[in-house]
Amino acid sequence: MNGKSYIARSSQIASRLLGGEMVIMSAGDPRVFSLNEVATVIWEAADGRTPLDEIIANRICAEFEVAPQVALKDAEELVQELSSQGILLVSDQPIVRIASSPRETP
Amino acid sequence: MTGLMQEISNRALELGVPLSVQLDLTYRCNERCVHCYLDHEDHGEMTTAEIKNLLDQLAEAGVLFLTLSGGEIMLRKDFFEILGHARALLFSVKLKTNAILIRKKEAERLRTLAVHSIQISIYSHRPEVHDAITKVQGSLQRSVDAIRFLKSQGLNVTIANALMLQNIRDYPGVKALGEELGVGVTMDPTITPKMDGDRSLLALGLNHAELEMVFRDESLIGNAEEFCAPPPKVTADDLDSLPCSAGHTACYVSPYGDVYPCVQFPLPTGNVRKLKFLDIWRDSPRLNEVRSIKLRDMTACSKCSHGGTCTRCPGLAYMEGNMRGPSSQDCEKSFARTGIPSANLLSRKPTLAELIQIQSLPATAGAAASTS
Repeated sequence: MNGKSYIARSSQIASRLLGGEMVIMSAGDPRVFSLNEVATVIWEAADGRTPLDEIIANRICAEFEVAPQVALKDAEELVQELSSQGILLVSDQPIVRIASSPRETP
Repeated sequence: MTGLMQEISNRALELGVPLSVQLDLTYRCNERCVHCYLDHEDHGEMTTAEIKNLLDQLAEAGVLFLTLSGGEIMLRKDFFEILGHARALLFSVKLKTNAILIRKKEAERLRTLAVHSIQISIYSHRPEVHDAITKVQGSLQRSVDAIRFLKSQGLNVTIANALMLQNIRDYPGVKALGEELGVGVTMDPTITPKMDGDRSLLALGLNHAELEMVFRDESLIGNAEEFCAPPPKVTADDLDSLPCSAGHTACYVSPYGDVYPCVQFPLPTGNVRKLKFLDIWRDSPRLNEVRSIKLRDMTACSKCSHGGTCTRCPGLAYMEGNMRGPSSQDCEKSFARTGIPSANLLSRKPTLAELIQIQSLPATAGAAASTS
């Protein structure tokens, strides 16, 4: 990934925090995903408005003992994986969605 | 269950989280199925606000899998408002419906709301059989039309085919219909007694020969030799195992707010109109009693050779009179599947005294010797 990237959770997903780890399912898809504690922080911060590098600096490096470059590289791999599964949206621009029913975050 | 899903279930069990809840929105229905266990009168359903508040509480409690069922869910005028609220809370929503009120517009709304799956009851591929079971003329056609509307929206649809005396010959046709429509088909020979305890519906269940036929049909069960193999020896782990998820990681809420361990386990544990859901879930003495039961505590089942493989439903056992006792329907299934009677069935084997009954001959001329 080059430059700023913005991430937002898909509106097609279902998710719930279970023991500090996020469990995610996509509508109509029998597969289930489970994110560890660090990935869960990134997932919860994926509001479409905050750049990924800011999420890493302010949330990951501030809460976990990890070097920024290492954390960003790992986060980019995670984002690409979740994006390829259709549960996370990625853009080089802020992701603005008009809230409809169901109520979407952001 | 996949490895990860099993891991998630185990984690929920350890944490005491109700991962799955079925919420019946109404018992009212626009069909009158011959085998239905519900009272279709409205005895005071929860309001829209009460249901939304309950959904908030369920999300807070950690529920991920939410099944909305009934009755017929689409009879609630606020159905889409409730569904929208559920999806806003990020539940994975499964719907159970007869679908006869679902047309193109409703299918589009369900797609927009990203429903996970929709289960539709189909009893036969033949209208004369399906419609006789639902007692609604034209219901098969309407349900099949709905499946096409839903599929055209890319939604995940499954046909649920309840097997009973009226339709036992038709399941191959239902399976073919599912293939034609591009949807999966599940079949279930379980008949549930009415919620008021009336067991007359059980007469509609399959007999031994019919169960055997179903359990040996490789188009349904895969390898018959494997599926019908004698049960392996019951282990200590089996004896310490939990009967099912009811009350452990799953529960059921009625349209009136009553919380039960499962839709098929009508043991009242509290009402969300009077108590917070989490208080019922964590503190109900009855739920805690359900949670305490392991196979080794069960009267007949702990000594049964099927103990490790039986599909025993604790709710059906409860309705039979003892939640620690056997569920005879499941005993019959294990017997039909393997040819080996369960401990419960063996204990009920008629004695010699029951097999031969002797009655004095009537004092009328020409009467033949008889037994009765």
